[in-house]
Amino acid sequence: MRNRYRFLIPLALVSLLATSCAGDTEGDGGAAGDYPRAETLYTGGTQWGPPSTWNPLDTGGHATGTVGLVYETLFLYEPQSREYIPWLAESGEWVDDTTYELKLRQGVTWSDGEDFTADDVVFTVEVGKYEASTYHNLWEWLESAEAVDDHTVRFTFSQANYAQWANWLYSNAIVPEHLWSERSEEEILTGANEDPVGTGAYLYETHDQDRQVWKKNEDWWAIEALGHEVAPTYIVDVVNTSNEAALSQVLQGNIDMNNNFLPGIAQLVQGGYQVQTYYPEEPYMIPANTAWLVPNTTKAPMDDPEFRKALSASIDMDEIVNNVYGGLVTEADPTGLLPVWEEYIDTGVVEEYATPRDPKVAKDLLKEAGYEDTDDDGFVETPDGDPIDLSLIVPSGWTDWMEAARVISESAAEVGIKVTADFPEFNALVDQRNSGEFDLVINNERQISNTPWTYYDYMFRLPIQEQQGTTNFGRYENEEIWELVGELDSIPVEDTEKIREVAGKIQRIHLEELPIIPLWYNGLWSQTNTSVWTNWPSSETDNNYLPSTWRGYFQLGGILMLTELEPAPEEE
Amino acid sequence: MRRYFGRKIFVYVLTFFAAVTINWMIPRLMPGDPIKSRLARASLSDSAAAEALYDYFNKMFGLDQPLWQQYLNFWVSLLQGDLGISIWNFPTPVTDLIMGAVPYSLGLLLPSIVISWFVGNWFGAYAARSKWLDNTILPLGYVLTATPYMWLALLLAWSLGIVAGWFPAAGSYGLSLQPAFTWTFIASLLEHWFLPFLSLFLVALGGWAIGMRNMIIYELESEYSNYLQALGAPRRLVRRYAFRNAMLPQITGLAVQLGTVVAGALLTEIVFSYQGLGYLILQAIQNQDFFLLQGAFLFIVIGVLIANFIIDVVYVLVDPRVRVQMQGGAK
Repeated sequence: MRNRYRFLIPLALVSLLATSCAGDTEGDGGAAGDYPRAETLYTGGTQWGPPSTWNPLDTGGHATGTVGLVYETLFLYEPQSREYIPWLAESGEWVDDTTYELKLRQGVTWSDGEDFTADDVVFTVEVGKYEASTYHNLWEWLESAEAVDDHTVRFTFSQANYAQWANWLYSNAIVPEHLWSERSEEEILTGANEDPVGTGAYLYETHDQDRQVWKKNEDWWAIEALGHEVAPTYIVDVVNTSNEAALSQVLQGNIDMNNNFLPGIAQLVQGGYQVQTYYPEEPYMIPANTAWLVPNTTKAPMDDPEFRKALSASIDMDEIVNNVYGGLVTEADPTGLLPVWEEYIDTGVVEEYATPRDPKVAKDLLKEAGYEDTDDDGFVETPDGDPIDLSLIVPSGWTDWMEAARVISESAAEVGIKVTADFPEFNALVDQRNSGEFDLVINNERQISNTPWTYYDYMFRLPIQEQQGTTNFGRYENEEIWELVGELDSIPVEDTEKIREVAGKIQRIHLEELPIIPLWYNGLWSQTNTSVWTNWPSSETDNNYLPSTWRGYFQLGGILMLTELEPAPEEE
Repeated sequence: MRRYFGRKIFVYVLTFFAAVTINWMIPRLMPGDPIKSRLARASLSDSAAAEALYDYFNKMFGLDQPLWQQYLNFWVSLLQGDLGISIWNFPTPVTDLIMGAVPYSLGLLLPSIVISWFVGNWFGAYAARSKWLDNTILPLGYVLTATPYMWLALLLAWSLGIVAGWFPAAGSYGLSLQPAFTWTFIASLLEHWFLPFLSLFLVALGGWAIGMRNMIIYELESEYSNYLQALGAPRRLVRRYAFRNAMLPQITGLAVQLGTVVAGALLTEIVFSYQGLGYLILQAIQNQDFFLLQGAFLFIVIGVLIANFIIDVVYVLVDPRVRVQMQGGAK
């Protein structure tokens, strides 16, 4: 028996060696290094799978920080102050109705030492000519992009969509022509781009299944040009595992900033742990997008505006806001527009046309429109006498939405509308949603941006396709409103007066017809720990940038947040 | 002998073919469309682009072809050792993903199975002869095997990881480290390895111990033991015979366990966010990643088949009855 033990030790050792060797192949060489805690920022909440691509032109699967930390955009847009901040571009202006001229910043270099020039911008814009490019539609109204000289680019448009163009300028990262022009279409659009060369504040350091590490770029142009210096030397972005893991990591200070929904964070903020949110009290989070209840308007009775209004009126939003979310979200404006677009909301229209949330109103609306309970089962039937039994789908596992769906179903039942909450797998839901085989679905696929046009495009885009992949899931067809949306797009972004006027017309039709029902503002989920880094964005300090690493948010000021961080004072 | 193995190998090839075909089929029967959900996650701003991208990816993954064609393509590339590209973790090849995960799973499962087997058998054998052990360790063993695994793992992660803070409760190695052959890294690796290992070890331990104890008691009370004792053979000798006989089913058990080792410990890896095969399989299912799922299942099928084959061979060597049977068949 004694000799049996001798097996154990070598076995254990061999297996350990096996694991350590495996780890060895993962990293990208480099010296054995660890990152000093005081110089490293740990973030989490954005990356849902191992980092696998660093291609800023890919469809959004790229590693957190690829766009923003490494590749940069021509402008930033800071939604809190509604400012366009010149970034790789020094300035840009419309020289006439259809010509836009961009002056690029001088002295910007790629991390391989080459100069950043007009050719890079032209090349990046022209990638859009590939049909599978994410901004292929740009070329429907852009005629040409040409480099006038090394630092000037002129764009000629067949039709000036000011809002969309301003949006393009700050959402799309520029790639270096000298490296990318040799690549094939496939490589440009979907290649992994393992060795990203950008102009940004950080450089690729290493990655593994559960993390992405960036290292500060000491030669970043903005240090000299703008006096901006990012504080952390290293950024380690951690792949999400679960809410529970994220919560304990934030509490223990292992993650400095986490950007996913952690229920109950309010208690921790109040409880005197070193955990902060943007607002120190309700609603704690900055509103980042609107959650909509989308009725399938091609199906009865959702094709009836009166029915949709009754459904909307029945919803007990207080219950959702206070009990499901514990005050972490706020009820959406009747127009659904985010608070950053407050100035575009026509309050007169809202007062006149919005349907109040009130079960009594809902009942009256139903009665007037002829929906009555003819068979005494407690639920109304259509005016034709057909029973109504709707299903409301939200993805299985999205617990907050599942709870909200239950509340909606209960409050609808109170006024006599039968709605059953159903929780298919995410994939199955996408399938049903895109092909229009659903009754009701909750969705929030548009984020904060520079213009409410992005929201109206999401709500009303025509024509209806066989598959509605990203917009107008409810398949609501109204040429009039879609024309107004087009008009909104063609107003110069500075002309807020005109935007407000057109937006008001859209809002009137929206509220009269209510093809899509605003529910609540999802928060910009962000919880920060002050044990290593301080001066986080907060309503209480001067640092008001959006505290987020979500895709597309570094360009909304997230990168500037990093320049405001300060190391915490030494251990007390 | 040749006929015996010839027949075995034929059965193995047939099983392999059937299993791989089923692996190919099952993910495709799931509702939903992996490309659609990949694009949905990207939340594109333009729907026209979404349409074009959908076609583009569909073509790239060959999902636009008729099913029989996809099936043929699958076998062709499989025989060339190509498992395709992961949809979930695009554009990483499936082989890379699996190869990155397998060592972690093996590093976790091999020691836990082997060590728990040795320790469990030792305890079990000992408990059969010691009233004291039988009354203390064994009930504990029953409790351990009956514990829902998820619960035990969470309990360990919570108590030793979060409350006591002795071991990290998640991850495979420290977040501030890069894989390298240094003491800091190896220490961190061990630290992260310990809790998942312990949870697997504890659960398996009880099973082995109980099995061994019961076998030994059975053997010690069997006719040949009584006969040996009556002949006045030393107790040690009797026990050694009993032990040898009791080992046979335990060896089979071990082999079966080792065969499933590549399947990874799904629950362990999820609870402790350990980056092994189990975690990959879960992600592949959630993201409907046909190719990754096929690849991971293929690995399991091969693992189980190899283990079974080894059992067949070992039995020929260990169990004289099989040997006799085989010779009988060869005549």
